[in-house]
Amino acid sequence: MELVTPDIGLVFWTTICFVILLFILGKFAWKPILAAVHERENSIESALLKAEAMKEEMARMTSENENLLKQARSERDSILSEARKVKEQIINDAKEAANAEGSKMIEKARIEINSQKAIAMADVKNQVASLSLEIAEKVLRKQFEDAGKQDALVAELLKEVKL
Amino acid sequence: MINSSILNLKLFKLSFICAFFVALLALPGISSAQNETAKKPFDPTPVIMEHIGDSHSWPFVFPLVAEKNIPLPVILYTDKGLEVFSSANLMPEGTVYKGTYYSYKLEEKHIKAVDVAGKVDESAKVYDFSITRNVISMFITMTLLLIVFLSVSSAYKKRAGKAPKGLQSFMEPLILFVRDDIALPNLGIKYARFMPLLLTIFFFILINNLFGMVPFFPGGFNLTGNIAVTLVLSVIILFVVNLNGNKHYWKHIFLPDPWWLFPIMIPVEIVSIFSKPIALMIRLFANITAGHIVILSLISLIFIFGTLWISPVSIVFVVFMDCIELLVAFLQAYIFTLLSALFIGMAIQEHHHEQEVL
Repeated sequence: MELVTPDIGLVFWTTICFVILLFILGKFAWKPILAAVHERENSIESALLKAEAMKEEMARMTSENENLLKQARSERDSILSEARKVKEQIINDAKEAANAEGSKMIEKARIEINSQKAIAMADVKNQVASLSLEIAEKVLRKQFEDAGKQDALVAELLKEVKL
Repeated sequence: MINSSILNLKLFKLSFICAFFVALLALPGISSAQNETAKKPFDPTPVIMEHIGDSHSWPFVFPLVAEKNIPLPVILYTDKGLEVFSSANLMPEGTVYKGTYYSYKLEEKHIKAVDVAGKVDESAKVYDFSITRNVISMFITMTLLLIVFLSVSSAYKKRAGKAPKGLQSFMEPLILFVRDDIALPNLGIKYARFMPLLLTIFFFILINNLFGMVPFFPGGFNLTGNIAVTLVLSVIILFVVNLNGNKHYWKHIFLPDPWWLFPIMIPVEIVSIFSKPIALMIRLFANITAGHIVILSLISLIFIFGTLWISPVSIVFVVFMDCIELLVAFLQAYIFTLLSALFIGMAIQEHHHEQEVL
């Protein structure tokens, strides 16, 4: 019976101790601790949610980047091919222009050559004519030095002339 | 060099500490055993009863020194007024001390008012509010609880939003266990209101269970195995349950379902209001006291047989029992808190007839 008879003193002190503990711990320990734990749990949860959102955002941005890259690549390709085309065009144009110019110059040269040739020919002709006249004069002078010959020639010429 | 490196080994230190405490426990025991065996067979009952009960002095055991009883303050509330004196005046048991209003002596650990002849005076009303061994130990554990949890709380303030560290990380799982496994499932969304009570009960019981297992100074008491302590705890639960009971709870008690069961059910339900806290009270008291009795009986075996050679057997069994008691210390703290939460939950739940317990 001794064991199961509560002592009034111990009941009294236990009540006081427990109430003090409940009050002080409740106010200065449990409340801040539970609040801190709760807050931390919330922050962890929100951090996780945020991380998930970030991941999605990242995925979105990556795909966007990829699209942009693809677009840029195709643009680059088109620009390059255009440039190549333009280059060929320019080269062709230049070639044509050079050809035209060349043929024009050749033509001019030919005309010049022809005209020079004609001039030279004319000169040669003149010189040949004067040379032949000189020769003829010299020959004639030599022939007509004696009077008999002159008379024979006149007679021959007169023979030919028919009145 | 070698010596210091050996001293630095953790294992060595640990075994040294263990050896020290074994010596501390064994030395007075051996000497008293030698005295006892020579005279008469050893009777373990008074020793065990002395340990699991309360006393007005604190028995202190030092190595190589005989057991000392440290006197504690006696506070008496008599019908004539308050009396405060040291219990040294009443020792050894039977010594009559003349106080301001009455003379007192210790009779079977209780302070009784006596008349001039030394006979117990039944007419004098004396209420004993002394700071006994159990009260001192309660102050010690209370201080410890306050130090631990106020420092843990300040750690939460200092390391807001960070991971717990040190003592904080040791306590947090226990606190979360009480919250997530005891309070939330039984109390539902209104759990926050009762968290301080449940946490205080849990840690109060736990720390006293654990300190009760320590055989020397800061422990060596049997607080949670004292009916007065469990009575206070269960009365608090009784009040909390019934003051928070909603209309479903009271309707369940006074208007049970089929009306013709009123004459049976109403008394049964009224009894159940009290039987639940009483069950709590007795469960904790009986479990802890039984554990202490078993361990002390096993230790007493050495003295009953009167030989040191039985001590290995005793020690093996005591270590085994200590392991079980360690489990029981946690288990009883858990069960008391769980059932408290359950009873409160049943009183505050909104839906009728969700779960029936007991």
